[in-house]
Amino acid sequence: MSDTQVQEKVTGHKRFERNVTLLGAAALVTVAIGGIVEIAPLFWIDNTIEPVEGMRPYTPLEQAGRDIYVREGCYACHSQMIRPFRDEVERYGHYSLAAESMYDHPFQWGSKRTGPDLARVGGRYSDGWHVQHLIDPQSVVPESVMPTYGFLADAPLEFEHIADNLVALSYVGVPYTQTDIEQARQDVIGQADPDTAPGDLVERYPGAQVRDFDGDPDRITEMDALVAYLQVLGTMVDVNSAAAQEVLAEESGR
Amino acid sequence: MANNQRIDEPTGTETVGHEWDGIEELNTPLPRWWLWTFYATVIWAIGYVIVYPAIPLLEKGTEGLWGWTSRGQLEDSVADVAEDRAPIMAAIADTPIQDLPLNEELMTQAVAGGAAAFRVHCVQCHGANAAGSEGYPNLTDDEWLWGGNMQEIEYTLANGIRHPGAPLTRTSAMPAFGRDGILSAEQISVVTDYVLSLTDRGPANAAGAELFAANCTVCHGADGGGLRAFGTPSLNDAVWLYGSGAEDIRAQIVAPRHGVMPAWEDKLDPATIRMLAAYVHSLGGGEDFMEVAQPADEVDGEE
Repeated sequence: MSDTQVQEKVTGHKRFERNVTLLGAAALVTVAIGGIVEIAPLFWIDNTIEPVEGMRPYTPLEQAGRDIYVREGCYACHSQMIRPFRDEVERYGHYSLAAESMYDHPFQWGSKRTGPDLARVGGRYSDGWHVQHLIDPQSVVPESVMPTYGFLADAPLEFEHIADNLVALSYVGVPYTQTDIEQARQDVIGQADPDTAPGDLVERYPGAQVRDFDGDPDRITEMDALVAYLQVLGTMVDVNSAAAQEVLAEESGR
Repeated sequence: MANNQRIDEPTGTETVGHEWDGIEELNTPLPRWWLWTFYATVIWAIGYVIVYPAIPLLEKGTEGLWGWTSRGQLEDSVADVAEDRAPIMAAIADTPIQDLPLNEELMTQAVAGGAAAFRVHCVQCHGANAAGSEGYPNLTDDEWLWGGNMQEIEYTLANGIRHPGAPLTRTSAMPAFGRDGILSAEQISVVTDYVLSLTDRGPANAAGAELFAANCTVCHGADGGGLRAFGTPSLNDAVWLYGSGAEDIRAQIVAPRHGVMPAWEDKLDPATIRMLAAYVHSLGGGEDFMEVAQPADEVDGEE
């Protein structure tokens, strides 16, 4: 390279190639644009949840069931997201709304359906069916490939620290009140044990179902918790109510 | 790295103008077809962003000129099918269920529609062939707990059985004679023997008959034939929901299991429920309307 070439006027892209500070600054700007596009929407993502009536945090028992659902990896085969397609709404019910998983941490939308979608399984089957199906799925659905979960009926539910779960969830935005947290242990017993008065459980968690879920009223098992969770799935919002339909009818842009 | 672009002689292609140790790079132009396809996709993308919802804003995305929504698309596809079915569905919904069998064509359509809905919503408990299994009644026989004409079946479908939260659900509960200490273990054995004797599987015992009369007949009937007002099963025939053996019967007296059926009223539309009633009625054991005119219709010759 001759001297005359070195002194030639440096313009355009060559300036970035020859000035490391300039290159670094420009790279920062470029990456920042990508970062802003991906990160910024997270700050106002809550705005995108359509307002619907009826959502409440899970009761401690349902939350404990949800933890078992996650622990057992149910999401690996079951989704909880009814998409707005005719084949899905005819089989599973009204399509899922964003609001319906706003208290799910983490959400259980899933991406794999070896089994059916469970977003609206609540109330579709009896407690007894769920218990029998979890113990021996093939006894009610002969072609099922679901594993057995009979051990849940024998495992006493550990809810010594359930209040701490609620505290943790309240940190990420689930609106548990101080009363909810203080009474968490009592609420588990009150909801699942028919011999214990549920107190004001149903006032604090409207629509909470209070009964013995696993057919064994003498103790509270993991089966109680899981069935209580399954029976509440998709039932909180009355999606077919006039008010909800009105909100959805005004939806656009998605 | 000076600008010494030149035409490479062997290939006739321009070089990029860089040279390191005598190595130069050809500046082969992109294939035209590729380049124009690329430009076309850019233009298409711009158009897409304008007419479809695309750019995320504070509350939701831009709406797009065409006003497309996934929910609107769903509504359209549902409406298309609903429109095709509308005349039949409306006719089924408007026909009083007693009159449905009189219209043969409509009845056929109702049974076909019910069969489709049954496969989606009912087979999980009642089985693909509607024959049920332990704890889930067989719908193909003429044994009905709560009534087997179309109106009764429709009521059961709509309101369920012991469905928590459904105000009009059918409900009854058998006392837990053993668990709650109403009868002693010995007495339960005696009653079990008596129940077995109702189906000629043992000798009738006087003590059992006495206990049965005092504790059981009020719901199960004097002859053990069951009462539909309470949904009680007949104990004098070959159909057993929770097993027919002595141990099964005993377990049921000690701590009875109760079947629960969901109420479908708020999940399915009335026409679908009526079609399901027609289908279940058509499975073999459906009863005519006349039979239920008498509320306490006893065993109709079944055994």
